Amino acid sequence: MSRGELPRWVDYGLIPLLNLAAAFLVAGLVVIAVGENPLEAVELMLFGAFGYGEGFGFTLYYATNFIFTGLAVAVAFHAGLFNIGGEGQAYVAGLGVAIVCLLLDRFVPWWITAPFALMAGAAFGAFWAFVPGYLQAKRGSHIVITTIMFNFIAAALMTYMLVNVLRQPGSMAPESRTFEEGGRIPRIDWLFEWFGGNLGGAQTNISLFLALIMAFAVWVFIWRTRLGYRMRTLGQNPTAAVYAGMRPPRLIMIAMAISGGLAGMMALNEIMGVHGRLILEFAGGAGFVGIAVALMGRAHPVGIVLAALLFGALYQGGAELAFSMPSITRDMIIAIQGLVILFAGALEGLFRPAIVRIFDAMRDARKRGNDAPQAAE
Amino acid sequence: MAGFTLWSRPFYLLCPKSAGYQAVTATPTAASDATPTSGPLAIELRGIDKRFGAVHANKHIDLKVARQSIHGIVGENGAGKSTLMSILYGFYEADQGDIFVGGQKVSIHSSNDAIAHGIGMVHQHFMLVDNFTVIENVMLGAEGAAMLQAGREKVRKDLKHLSDEYGLTVDPDAIVSELSVGLQQRVEILKALYRGAEILILDEPTGVLTPEEADNLFKILRQLRDQGKTILLITHKLREIMAVTDEVSVMRRGAMVATLQTAKTSPSEIAEQMVGRRVLLEVEKGPPNPTETALEVKNLTVRDKFGVDRVKNVSFVVRRGEIVGIAGVSGNGQSELLEAVSGIVPPASGSVVINGQTLSHTGDPAEARHMGLGHVPEDRLRMGLVKNFEENENSVLGYHDQDDIGGAVVLDVDAVRNHAKAQIEKYDIRPPNCRLKTANFSGGNQQKIVIAREMEQDPDVLLVGQPTRGVDIGAIEFIHKQLIAMRDAGKAVLLVSVELDEIFGLSDRILVMCGGEIVGERLPDQTDENEIGLMMAGIDGAAGAEAAE
Repeated sequence: MSRGELPRWVDYGLIPLLNLAAAFLVAGLVVIAVGENPLEAVELMLFGAFGYGEGFGFTLYYATNFIFTGLAVAVAFHAGLFNIGGEGQAYVAGLGVAIVCLLLDRFVPWWITAPFALMAGAAFGAFWAFVPGYLQAKRGSHIVITTIMFNFIAAALMTYMLVNVLRQPGSMAPESRTFEEGGRIPRIDWLFEWFGGNLGGAQTNISLFLALIMAFAVWVFIWRTRLGYRMRTLGQNPTAAVYAGMRPPRLIMIAMAISGGLAGMMALNEIMGVHGRLILEFAGGAGFVGIAVALMGRAHPVGIVLAALLFGALYQGGAELAFSMPSITRDMIIAIQGLVILFAGALEGLFRPAIVRIFDAMRDARKRGNDAPQAAE
Repeated sequence: MAGFTLWSRPFYLLCPKSAGYQAVTATPTAASDATPTSGPLAIELRGIDKRFGAVHANKHIDLKVARQSIHGIVGENGAGKSTLMSILYGFYEADQGDIFVGGQKVSIHSSNDAIAHGIGMVHQHFMLVDNFTVIENVMLGAEGAAMLQAGREKVRKDLKHLSDEYGLTVDPDAIVSELSVGLQQRVEILKALYRGAEILILDEPTGVLTPEEADNLFKILRQLRDQGKTILLITHKLREIMAVTDEVSVMRRGAMVATLQTAKTSPSEIAEQMVGRRVLLEVEKGPPNPTETALEVKNLTVRDKFGVDRVKNVSFVVRRGEIVGIAGVSGNGQSELLEAVSGIVPPASGSVVINGQTLSHTGDPAEARHMGLGHVPEDRLRMGLVKNFEENENSVLGYHDQDDIGGAVVLDVDAVRNHAKAQIEKYDIRPPNCRLKTANFSGGNQQKIVIAREMEQDPDVLLVGQPTRGVDIGAIEFIHKQLIAMRDAGKAVLLVSVELDEIFGLSDRILVMCGGEIVGERLPDQTDENEIGLMMAGIDGAAGAEAAE
């Protein structure tokens, strides 16, 4: 290992933990400022997120969404693209999932509906990302601008669909009809019962497993397939990609479609797993949290699963904290989440130079220790 | 050294208070009269020792640099020259040893300290802000005050002084990106002088220069020396050492192995010291045995995105069993020619025929490879390698779709690694670790990675651009031997190089490019560097002679 490099456990373990600790330290000061005990707040948050079945269930439910959107950002990132349209892609994907459910739920069991719904959701999400990809590849419109614009278009489109097309006749609510059994995927109470827990009101469902499978699939795709190799080449050195005979425009469109498809799978969790109908704004910002998750997870599936779990815990524990400590409002929870994103994402390099110096010094010292006996000879 | 360039920029931005221009009080003497070692010492290093983990980069180095001399430091890549200079310039601190500047013991902890002691450095990769003017670049880090106007005027005045004194003329209001590379380097030198440098360190200064620009630089260096400055020149080009230095110190594997007076030594002696064994500076090769045509370029014109023709109606053939060298000053269309022939850039008109098959007009590097073309690009880090990839991943770049390294979808990582290991062994790539990040290999070994990859595909036509740019002597010898071996195996080799030595040493025929056109063809044993040099410069006499023939 050469100078200036760190062992993997430091790079992927110690530094994120230090960043997290710093975020909580600053967040703790905020808690003190409003006159509450930060240790008590942490305890409430941890208990809320992990301490009992229902809380942990909710943590996992949030994490499921974040894994999907985090993977979406990561795949595009490996191809050198910054897809910040995960929110809109997931939102539009909900339409695909809902259409399949509305068509099939009365006739077939869920396990027939779900695969079709998954494909439809992924396809809708993929399409919503493919268009910006096409515009970038063929027309040179910057992907960051177009994907964020597409978030707005998605919001407008979905409102139109819900208000004018899918709304139940006579209903005031802009939402589709509620699906029958054939349009719902099962919860995972059995898993919690195994461990003697109780899922309670949490809607944690089998899409969690899908998320984990996709995390593994993304790892295989990025590091073990020819297409993944091409995408990484494009992301790291576009000139070399052209030299090697790859076609960047095509790769950009494919990468975006895959990215959008992954974001779209999130709709399965929300639409078939939780709400059982298509509603407004069901993505709830998970598309944006995915950016932070991918950044913190270093665009690696394992990191993303861990970071998604962290953010799931922040969401769930934060809600619990806001409930139990009235002086800590929802907005403060958002501020704490913001601090985590700031320290884990934007200030990722904050502690790195110091740690590199410490490790270099340690290595030098060890080396000198090893050499001393030889020198004496 | 990878960390080097990464570290240097922020340090450079920390440059100190306006040191300003300091008049040279020493009376200029002809340095050639005085035996350099007998004069007062500008720099003395005693027992400098530095380790990076397992690497012992500098082993107890002693160095004496006389005032008013040009002192060369040579050594292969990784010999420790850059580390030593980085210690002198304050990027690293030595583990042991002392530095004396002008007889005084000093401690240098940062580049600020170095500048305060009158040491300036011109980096291999320029530390200039491209879209700033020359003045703005020179004053960077020494702006003087919150408002720039006063500082700007002072710099303008001082630049005038400096250019009068040393012949370093640059338009102070020119935007740096619009200057030629040679002039940009001049700006770097001015920056150092403006900060009061008495001792200038130049790190591989000619790597990016054309031969003319290099000659100009040497003129400037001699003038600076004669005006009282001391110059440390780091290079691995022996020609430059012989051309411009008074003394030369040779480093090998972290140790200082010899300090020689340039006038009393020879390139082969220096080379031997550098490598630790006898080196063939001239490649041995038998007569060529050209057979049928493997590559044919017909009326090729390449237009850039601004609509300028960079290659103009060029036609030539390369036969199996010969090396055709394209000589030319860099920027005369050679790069564009290589890119068009390899399918990277679609030609505006004309065609490329590889092994009897015509390359499609849209340009497709994958198609060219299928037809049997290999391509060692001019700039390995820009085009030929992905520096953040592991070595094994780069060993299949461009051939990543081949059947022997996986199925239709999956890439067989073990097969790729075995592939890489075989190349590493055969081409002696060091360190022999296919999992190491490519950026952590030395320049010469990175080049070997590219060459190994392209040659191992057994192409019928091999395009080679600047095969030994930034590569140390030992590796140059190896690469040259490989190219000759390719030729002798009946392959067609097209070599583009700005090093005339290399063109003459390897080519069986020489084509000269100037202004996008091929201005002439010569056989190496029926011409000399002067004639080719004139043709490269587009001097009418040579071209006229060609037309008359």
